[in-house]
Amino acid sequence: MTTLAEEVLAGSRLALARLLTLIENEDPQGEAALDRLFPHSGRAHWIGVTGSPGAGKSSLVNRLAQAFRRPADGSPPRTVAIVAVDPSSPFTGGALLGDRVRMRDLSGDPGVFIRSMASRGALGGLARTTPAVVQALDSAGFDIILIETVGAGQSEVEIARLAHTVLVVEAPGMGDDIQAIKAGILEIADILVLNKADLPGAENALRTLRAMLELGRPPHEETAESLPVVWRPPLVPTIATQNEGIAELLGHIQAHAAYLRQSGGWQVRDRSRLQTQLEELLQTALLKRWRSSLPEGQYQQILTDLQARRISPYQALHSLLGEPPLPQSIQRGSTALFNA
Amino acid sequence: MTERKIRVLITKPGLDGHDRGAKVVARALRDAGMEVIYTGLRQTPEMIAEAALQEDVDAVGLSILSGAHMALVPRVLELLRANGQGHVHVFVGGIIPESDIPALLAMGVRAVYGPGTSTQKVVEDLRAAILQENHA
Ligand SMILES: Nc1nc2c(ncn2[C@@H]2O[C@H](COP(=O)(O)OP(=O)(O)O)[C@@H](O)[C@H]2O)c(=O)[nH]1
Ligand SMILES: [Mg+2]
Repeated sequence: MTTLAEEVLAGSRLALARLLTLIENEDPQGEAALDRLFPHSGRAHWIGVTGSPGAGKSSLVNRLAQAFRRPADGSPPRTVAIVAVDPSSPFTGGALLGDRVRMRDLSGDPGVFIRSMASRGALGGLARTTPAVVQALDSAGFDIILIETVGAGQSEVEIARLAHTVLVVEAPGMGDDIQAIKAGILEIADILVLNKADLPGAENALRTLRAMLELGRPPHEETAESLPVVWRPPLVPTIATQNEGIAELLGHIQAHAAYLRQSGGWQVRDRSRLQTQLEELLQTALLKRWRSSLPEGQYQQILTDLQARRISPYQALHSLLGEPPLPQSIQRGSTALFNA
Repeated sequence: MTERKIRVLITKPGLDGHDRGAKVVARALRDAGMEVIYTGLRQTPEMIAEAALQEDVDAVGLSILSGAHMALVPRVLELLRANGQGHVHVFVGGIIPESDIPALLAMGVRAVYGPGTSTQKVVEDLRAAILQENHA
């Protein structure tokens, strides 16, 4: 009997699709398959695409995937997987996943695989299981993985932690301003894209973004040691609907991959991503194990004491972990209250 | 393990021009807690089967107003089966003459909804069918 993982490695798209569902549902069968697949991961270039809803992320992903499939420089086509995340309703848990509407040009191409994901309550622009889904697609042998985020979060830092290369997509807004530059969003850009460069206001938007980039921040630091090269995020105007600027954008993406490999940043990102993943798993597992080892009555009593303001959350923590309370001398304010 | 979500592909095969009905159904299913993948207009049966496969959906809803259902629907069913997705619950909505319904059901379509159908009925049928399948 062949396992799901073996079928995925043998190229079954049905097995891959089922695996992604198991992963999304956090089913133990999905975990077991990932264990088998993990040694095959680590080869793909993970590219994040973030920016406000309507900026043109899906349209750009569609064009980029086409460009990777038919490189203008005559290099061999790359296989492309796309993960497009849209928000789940916090009230019903339902979701409308509409990114495929902009990706119809990609249908019929066996070198492309598109998967829509609902965020399922996660707030950072991705679903909790997006990293594992991307890992599975990487193991399945895709060369390029394009990850489109929800785009509505205040700071979409999670994609910066996940992807090798992050594209931040902006669009000209009303008048001479540009559409919603969110705090912190420029910091995560490896490449800044001004899409909808055909719209009025594009010139001004470009000028504003250029000024922000120059004012912005020091070049990315990938290692603590001195770097052989420095990456300065480029600003690339595109018109996704007309396929304009896409070849240039692809060039910058490939240059960023080359930069990461040369500077050692590729390994740094890979390691820190795996560390994050491991620590998130540890947190969940340790909490679960620790909770199950604690008598329920004792836990409830501590919650009651907390609620009655007899102890503070910090005191509850020290007590639960069996640590001595902080020495009186560092405690401030009305400690008598706690000692009563 | 989190709760297993029902995933539905809502799609509009054929050449007729508007997708209002499809969008209404898509929103109703979303509001009922399902994850709805929406593909937009003018989908060929090949595009539909490909999307159903990649998205590993439990159900496919076809909205057809053009009168081409007797050509489109069997092709979609055939491709789903060829891909190993014969279990997928296929339903059809739109303008379908009464007289065609038995033939569609005989082909393997699970339900046909006329223009007057309440979205609540679609939601309930789908929930019941998928619940039943999971217990089968
Ligand atoms: N004028 C113009 N419209 C665009 C461009 N790129 C995308 N759009 C349109 O902007 C809308 C939103 O695009 P979409 O890719 O869905 O944005 P997303 O929400 O960021 O994924 C669609 O109607 C697109 O056709 C562009 O370069 N110029
Ligand atoms: Mg989108």
